[in-house]
Amino acid sequence: MGERLRVLIAKPGLDGHDRGAKVVARALRDAGMEVIYTGLRQTPEMIVEAALQEDVDAVGLSILSGAHMTLVPRVIQGLREAGLDHVKVFVGGIIPDEDVSALKEAGVEAIFGPGTSTLTIVEAVRRACSEG
Amino acid sequence: MELVPRVLEGDRRALARLISLIEDDGPPAREALAALHPHTGRAHVIGVTGAPGTGKSTLVNELAKGFRRRGATVGIVAVDPTSPFTGGALLGDRVRMRDLAGDPGIFIRSMATRGSLGGLARATGDVVRVLDAAGFAVVLVETVGVGQAEVDIARTAHTTIVVEAPGLGDDVQALKAGLMEIADILVVNKADRPGAAQTARALEIALELGRNNAGPGKDAAWRPPVLKTIALDGSGVAEVLEAIAAHRAYLESSGLWAHRERARARDNLLRALEEELLGRLLAGVGEAAIEDWVDRIARREADVYTAVQSLIENR
Repeated sequence: MGERLRVLIAKPGLDGHDRGAKVVARALRDAGMEVIYTGLRQTPEMIVEAALQEDVDAVGLSILSGAHMTLVPRVIQGLREAGLDHVKVFVGGIIPDEDVSALKEAGVEAIFGPGTSTLTIVEAVRRACSEG
Repeated sequence: MELVPRVLEGDRRALARLISLIEDDGPPAREALAALHPHTGRAHVIGVTGAPGTGKSTLVNELAKGFRRRGATVGIVAVDPTSPFTGGALLGDRVRMRDLAGDPGIFIRSMATRGSLGGLARATGDVVRVLDAAGFAVVLVETVGVGQAEVDIARTAHTTIVVEAPGLGDDVQALKAGLMEIADILVVNKADRPGAAQTARALEIALELGRNNAGPGKDAAWRPPVLKTIALDGSGVAEVLEAIAAHRAYLESSGLWAHRERARARDNLLRALEEELLGRLLAGVGEAAIEDWVDRIARREADVYTAVQSLIENR
C-alpha cells in the first residue's frame, strides 16, 4: 500500500516522564510514519478516542509505572468496543517477564523492554501493520 | 460509497476513515466529496495561525471549550509539518488539547502537510468540508507554525486569527507583507510575559498605518482587533470569542460571507484544475522524458522554459 502508516504514541497512567515515548515517536517519524503524540497521563478512554479520530494503524503504549496489567487490557478492550480490532497494540517500558505472555494473550502485538533498538521497533510496527 | 451516509448520520469512525481516504486522494475520495458537497457551507471555519511556539494549540483548546459552553459542536484540524527527507511527521497538537477528550461534540484530527508549503496540507480544505458536512457548527483549523508568507489559511477560513507572542521581533516586522495582512483578529498570547504591551502597540500602529491604504479585497470597515490572552489559564479568551462572533456578524451583514464563499469556490476550482492538468500531463509524457529534460537543463543544454514548451506541445 502506498499510504502512510499512522501510529499513536501514548502514555497511559500517572508516571511522569516520557523520554522513552519521545525516542520511539522520533524513530517512527524518521522511518517515514505519521506519529500522533498525545503526551502524559492519558486514560484508556482518551487513547481509544484518539486512535479512532486519528484513524491509526497502530497504538504504542509506554508504561513505566507497573500498572500495565490494568491499563493495557482496558485499552485493548476499548479498541474492540470501538470497532478498531485491526489496530495493532505495542507496549514499551518496564514489563516483568512473567506478565509478557499474559499481555500477549490479551492481544498485544509485541513488548519492548529497556535497551530495545529503535530499528527493532520500527521493523516490528511495519511488519505487523502490513499483515493487515 | 457507504461511508458518506454514515458520516452524515454522525458516525465518528466513518468520519475518521473518510478523512484518511481524502488524505490519500483517489477516485473514492472524490466520489465522497461530490456526494458531501450539497451538505457543506454551514460551518463557521476559523483559522488559527502564527509562528511556532506562540501558543496556537493552547488557544485552540480554549476556544473549543468556549464554543462548547455556548452549545456549538466543534471540529478541529491541526496541521503539523511532514519531514521533507523521510516523509514522516510528528503530530503533537493533541498534547495541548487534553481538556477536550471525552466530549462527543468535539472531533480532533491531526494532519501532516505531506509536502505542501503554504501552512496547510493539500487536503486540509477537503477535510474541513467533510467536518462541515458532518454537522460541526464550528471548524477550527490550526496551521503549522508559520513564518511570514504561509497564508493559505486565509483562503480556507472565514475568520483568520493570527497569534503573536511577545519578544519575536521589532515593530518593522509588523509592517512587512504577508501574515499580518490576512488577520481578521490579532491575538498577542502569553500576555503575562514582558514586552506584551509593546507587541500589542506595534501591531496597533501597523494596523493604523495600513488603514488609509486598504487595497482591494481588504475591507476597511472591519478593523482587526488586537487582543491580549494568556491561553494557558484562559485569560482574554472570552474577548477572542466575542471578536469571532462580531466578525461573523460583520461578514454576514456586509455580504462578505457570500463573497468569500465564492472566492473560495474559485480558488478550489483553479487548484483542482491545476493539480489534475499537471497529473495528466506528467502521466502523458512519462517520468523518463522529465528526467531527460532535467539532465539537459542541469548540463546547460536547454533551459526550463524551452523544456516546458516542448513538454506541453509534444505530449
